[in-house]
Amino acid sequence: MSEADTTPAAATGTTPDAGEAVLPGAWRLGLRRGALELKQFFRQRDQVLFTFAFPVVFLTLFASIFSDDVEGAGITASQLYVASMLAAGVMSTSFQSLGISIAIERDEKVLRRLRGTPMPVAAYFLGKVWLVLVTCLMEAAVLLLIGTVAFGVSLPSDLTRWLTFGWVFLLGITGCALLGIAISSLPRTGRSASSVVVLPFLVLQFISGVYIPIGDLPGWLAGIGALFPLKWMCQGFRSVFLPDSAAVIEQAGSWEPGRTALVLAAWCLGGLVLCLLTFRWHGRR
Amino acid sequence: MTELAVDVRGLRKRYGDLTAVDGLDLRIRPGEVFGLLGPNGAGKSTTVEILQGHRGRDGGTVRVLGADPATADRRWRSRIGIVWQDESAPAELTVRETVEHFARYYPKPRDPRDVISLVGLDEKAGSRIKELSGGQRRRLDVALGVIGSPELLLLDEPTTGFDPAARRRFWEVVRLLAREGTTIVLTTHYLEEAEALADRLAVITAGRIVAEGEPAALRERFGHEATVTWTEPDGTARSERTATPTRTVAGLIARFDGEIPGLRVGRPTLEDVYLELTGQGADR
Repeated sequence: MSEADTTPAAATGTTPDAGEAVLPGAWRLGLRRGALELKQFFRQRDQVLFTFAFPVVFLTLFASIFSDDVEGAGITASQLYVASMLAAGVMSTSFQSLGISIAIERDEKVLRRLRGTPMPVAAYFLGKVWLVLVTCLMEAAVLLLIGTVAFGVSLPSDLTRWLTFGWVFLLGITGCALLGIAISSLPRTGRSASSVVVLPFLVLQFISGVYIPIGDLPGWLAGIGALFPLKWMCQGFRSVFLPDSAAVIEQAGSWEPGRTALVLAAWCLGGLVLCLLTFRWHGRR
Repeated sequence: MTELAVDVRGLRKRYGDLTAVDGLDLRIRPGEVFGLLGPNGAGKSTTVEILQGHRGRDGGTVRVLGADPATADRRWRSRIGIVWQDESAPAELTVRETVEHFARYYPKPRDPRDVISLVGLDEKAGSRIKELSGGQRRRLDVALGVIGSPELLLLDEPTTGFDPAARRRFWEVVRLLAREGTTIVLTTHYLEEAEALADRLAVITAGRIVAEGEPAALRERFGHEATVTWTEPDGTARSERTATPTRTVAGLIARFDGEIPGLRVGRPTLEDVYLELTGQGADR
């Protein structure tokens, strides 16, 4: 029972030395922190609205404006946008949200305060993982709902595609979340955080085939986009939600699941290394 | 001899060209309430941050509860309580949620309800932190500092922004914790506060300790001269510092016919001692 474990001394009837009392475990505290993070997130109504509305508005706009058939691919542009915006949406909920919120927490010394307690470092990051996981699932659900109801996307009925969705989703949000944590160390103040984080994300959306189909980009720009996870998340989600005939629109003319997995996994590892190298509990002032 | 709660020798810290802490020694015994007194920029906060393990140092040795704060682990942090100079609590949570959550970090926390009433936030327990006044937030800071039942409590300017009533109340909290045996180190620039709380205090200026001892002893040692002030018949104010004020007043009585205008004999307060120590500082 959770209430009892806050007072181990009372439970045993003795007062053990600080040296003997058991420090609470990182996993359990991580769950607690996750619950707390979600509570805080959902209490900031404008943040919730912004987080979810942004991708929804852009999806609706783009998928409504561009709705013609894509030549030779057997799909409409709207369907294409649903898959791509899904990737951008979960990246905004992971990369952008974390990058901005951690920078603000650092600036407002929330991090420093946590560092002054015996909270294990892992519990903090686990809390963020839960936050990102829950909000990204919700984001995906909302976008897929709109995609199926308004823009003619049909949810796959076979398990293989859902499995693909699962690993693209998990690898994608993990890599993006880690990159978000890493970029949060870049802004000098909490106030400058959103500009520092949003600019690279916006650029990535343009060169990763979110707003503009990858085939319309100059080769060198598409090449740069292909270095980052967003392009591969888009491609992965397209392979899940579009018919195989649509693979012709990709640079390689196929879905390239192997390469997608490789790039996304590499970003998970690279993001982790970057986090470990750059994470700071204190602001720079 | 029992181990010191805080043992600092030759502490140095530089920020670029500025030497913030310049060869500081501190020995604080377990159970003691120790005041670190000094003007802004004297190096108080830097010193406390080094004791907390939140700032590195350029020289000297530091032992806090038997460990070097720079490399201390979770176990060590569970024995330390910190009250920061600037507030930093999650705005969207309620007081109760926050205190209960922080209690979970510690192996043997106090009861969150007790701590909330200890700092006088009972009525605000269900309020979001963003709805609290500045003084109430500071009291929450105090609550979060003591929730883990620390052996050593480090308070950096804990009552800045308190109204007088809240300050008195905070003093009661500190005294209560001290009675329970908590070692307390507090920085302050309120003399009244240092005098009311500290068993011993050190006056720090330009990164060095210029005086150290019990408040009464400090006043005795540095404040044996009295100041006699009066107004001359031509209207100019005069004052004289003397170890023998009675003789000075006798001289004035002889010189003036009847009442001496504006006569005042002042014994130095701790504040006078402090101002002198920090104003002229290092030559003492």
